[in-house]
Amino acid sequence: MFDSLQAGLTSALKTLRGKGKLSESNMREGLGLVQKALLEADVSFSVVKDFIGRVSEKALGEKVLSALDPSQQVVGIVHQELIDLMGPVDHSLHLQPGVTVLMLCGLQGSGKTTTCGKLGRLINERGRKPLLVAADLQRPAAIEQLHVIGGQLGLEVYSEPGAKDPVAVCQNAVKHARQVGANVVLLDTAGRLHIDDELMEQLKQIDRRVSPEQVYLVVDGMTGQDAVNSAKAFNEALELDGVIMTKLDGDARGGAVLSVKQVTGVPIKFIGTGEHLDALQEFHPERMAQRILGMGDILTLVEQAQQKFDSDEMAKQEERLRKGEFTLDDFRKQLGMTKKLGPMNKIMGMIPGMGGLTEMMGDMDAEGDMKRLEGIIDSMTPAERRNPSKIVDQSRRRRIAAGAGVEPHEVNELVKQFDGMASIMKELGSLGMRDRVRKVQELQRGLANPNAQLQKPKLGTGKRLSSEERAKLRKQREKDLRRRKREAKKSQ
Amino acid sequence: MGFFNKIKQGLKKTAQLLNTDVRDLFKSQGRLVDDGFLEELLGVLIKTDMGVQAAGAIVEETGSKYRARVMQMDELLCTVKTKLKSLLVQDEAPIRFAPEGPTVIMVAGVNGAGKTTSIAKLTSLFQSQGKRVVLGAADTFRAAAVEQLTIWANRLGAQIVRGEPNSDPASVAHRAVALAIESKADVCIVDTAGRLQTQQNLMQQLTKIHRVIGKQIPAAPHEVLLVLDATTGQNGISQAKHFTEAVHCTGIVLAKLDGTAKGGVVVAIREQVGLPVKYVGVGERPEDLTLFVPDEFVEALFEDLTTAPAI
Ligand SMILES: Nc1nc2c(ncn2[C@@H]2O[C@H](COP(=O)(O)OP(=O)(O)OP(=O)(O)O)[C@@H](O)[C@H]2O)c(=O)[nH]1
Ligand SMILES: Nc1nc2c(ncn2[C@@H]2O[C@H](COP(=O)(O)OP(=O)(O)OP(=O)(O)O)[C@@H](O)[C@H]2O)c(=O)[nH]1
Ligand SMILES: [Mg+2]
Ligand SMILES: [Mg+2]
Repeated sequence: MFDSLQAGLTSALKTLRGKGKLSESNMREGLGLVQKALLEADVSFSVVKDFIGRVSEKALGEKVLSALDPSQQVVGIVHQELIDLMGPVDHSLHLQPGVTVLMLCGLQGSGKTTTCGKLGRLINERGRKPLLVAADLQRPAAIEQLHVIGGQLGLEVYSEPGAKDPVAVCQNAVKHARQVGANVVLLDTAGRLHIDDELMEQLKQIDRRVSPEQVYLVVDGMTGQDAVNSAKAFNEALELDGVIMTKLDGDARGGAVLSVKQVTGVPIKFIGTGEHLDALQEFHPERMAQRILGMGDILTLVEQAQQKFDSDEMAKQEERLRKGEFTLDDFRKQLGMTKKLGPMNKIMGMIPGMGGLTEMMGDMDAEGDMKRLEGIIDSMTPAERRNPSKIVDQSRRRRIAAGAGVEPHEVNELVKQFDGMASIMKELGSLGMRDRVRKVQELQRGLANPNAQLQKPKLGTGKRLSSEERAKLRKQREKDLRRRKREAKKSQ
Repeated sequence: MGFFNKIKQGLKKTAQLLNTDVRDLFKSQGRLVDDGFLEELLGVLIKTDMGVQAAGAIVEETGSKYRARVMQMDELLCTVKTKLKSLLVQDEAPIRFAPEGPTVIMVAGVNGAGKTTSIAKLTSLFQSQGKRVVLGAADTFRAAAVEQLTIWANRLGAQIVRGEPNSDPASVAHRAVALAIESKADVCIVDTAGRLQTQQNLMQQLTKIHRVIGKQIPAAPHEVLLVLDATTGQNGISQAKHFTEAVHCTGIVLAKLDGTAKGGVVVAIREQVGLPVKYVGVGERPEDLTLFVPDEFVEALFEDLTTAPAI
């Protein structure tokens, strides 16, 4: 039913939000739903129990009950607790002067070898010289796999064909590193079960003999309740220094991250977001928590955007937005830039308020839709693009549709949706980043109808209003009118 | 050694990991069924990874039947186990072999689930039944994936069709099936690259592999096995759904059940997607594969609740 932790919590928190004042009983109901969402997300049962306990304790404090918007505060508490649970951050690899040894360990298939390559790439980019060490003598072609990865990255790989003792390989590798002037040694160990005493002992041997500066546990992001057991055992055997959680590029809810953090107490360093060797990101608890809460991972989006967007174009767009200009031309450019970011449903999950949409989109062909939108816009004249709702009449609509190979009503839909979007964009453009986030969150609250965001916010239609509400709206309208007049005068 | 014994052996190793709270729950002669009791039961069920939906339903039913009564451990577990066993009932024969010509088995799943190793195990199993196996190494993407399967093929003495790095996996599958037909092999198993079920283009690629195989032998692939890592939590449901949509999976190989994970998500999968488990992987060697026996699996789900710790 819930397709993501995000969706689960969004719906859970929606029922909290709807309820004006917070009473003990309706909070319990809401927290029950939070509990369910966390369990759906694979957070360990005991961690969830602790979490709910802490949140309800805090939320039941007098402050919350007497506060103006208590539900908002509960959201805040849930959010803050999630952050506390996953933090504090420490992305440093603690590289020392001289040779630093990093060891990767974990269950079978969790992503150690791939992550070894990713870390090597990162370290190399930071100007140090890594040496990848094939210390998995067990899995068929494990050595070969690391060699291929090293080759792709142009990094040296140390291996001893035919060797039987991984402890010796690791020791020799460190010596070799000194000889060739490599200063970061990355040990790729074989996958093993935490209950396999013999292999766990072997890992301890490597730990004792080579004394790696940092030992990281690589955990599959799709792991369920067992995450606490394995993480605990690895931590007890080795005293971990950090955790890397992989395969978070899919729809896994990643709740195991909370469990692993809780039982090991060590920082989550990185997350793996793809098979490619550049798919490694620093872990950010706020982002994860925001994402969990359905606020979307706006920071990640911004970061990715900074990397991939044409920054000049961005600046221009920002400027135009600030001036309150937003035309179909701008929209067209944004579509183009958005496409560079990656698959649509992945992006949507990161945009605040759009989290719920990804689920609704389901099999919808977002890329195809974007192409059609682009086609429609491309078939318009510059004047039509600047002012679609005024100019595009029936005959123009038909012409555009024919040009873009779509139905006329699709042109109509775009024009209508654009109208709604433009007004929101203009409003957002006038706000600072912080207010922008808040505004989007507000919009998101009205997300029961996902199209609501794209429709022009009309005042006082259909719904029956109280006389106070009507008076308030009238005042607002008058105020708006005065403001517009003022602005019109100014620009003359 | 049967599945049950292997599981038991695995569990012995885990004595120190036993959920003591659970044993406490059932230690006494009986306990009043109240909120606290039901919450503890929920914890027990959740820890199997069967999911909130299934666990919640069981807790609810227990509550409505036994609330305010004193429960015996056996009574309660019997209800739960019976329910699960009847849910998991399935055909005895795991593989439908083609009446003539090679039986083609396609293997798919997310990254690192255990596909390639499971193929080695299946090969060994079929060989022990006197069948000749051709392997198709259609994971042309992951570093040294072809080499990995080649090593297994050589160790087991199976024929293998390989693809160049980054070549079209469908064409490797095509050649593997062609070789199986030509050489009159009994079984052809096609390995595919690991992929997350949300990667639409990669899922389409999988559909294409499926289609290409079907062009050579209309009924093929006769089986499409989804390899699921037993440590997987609720994401397993999404995996089962999307892989089934893309390539009509016929069953699951539940790998890595030799750890401490219970693999209970297959209960939710059976309930929501209908996909049965066919084999269970309990180690990294070719012989570490057993038939999935629902009754034994259900017993093992709750094994550490009923047996005294073997220290
Ligand atoms: N989608 C995705 N796949 C990943 C990620 N990290 C690793 N993988 C894939 O997961 C699979 C297993 O990765 P490996 O690096 O071989 O895992 P390992 O822990 O070294 O495995 P063993 O050595 O057998 O224990 C491969 O198919 C990788 O390409 C990630 O962040 N996202
Ligand atoms: N303990 C245990 N390990 C297993 C089992 N099955 C597979 N493995 C190990 O899990 C790791 C990954 O197995 P693979 O067969 O390479 O997985 P895969 O699905 O082919 O991986 P990709 O092709 O990278 O997606 C290897 O280290 C295997 O030895 C099992 O039943 N038990
Ligand atoms: Mg490896
Ligand atoms: Mg493989």
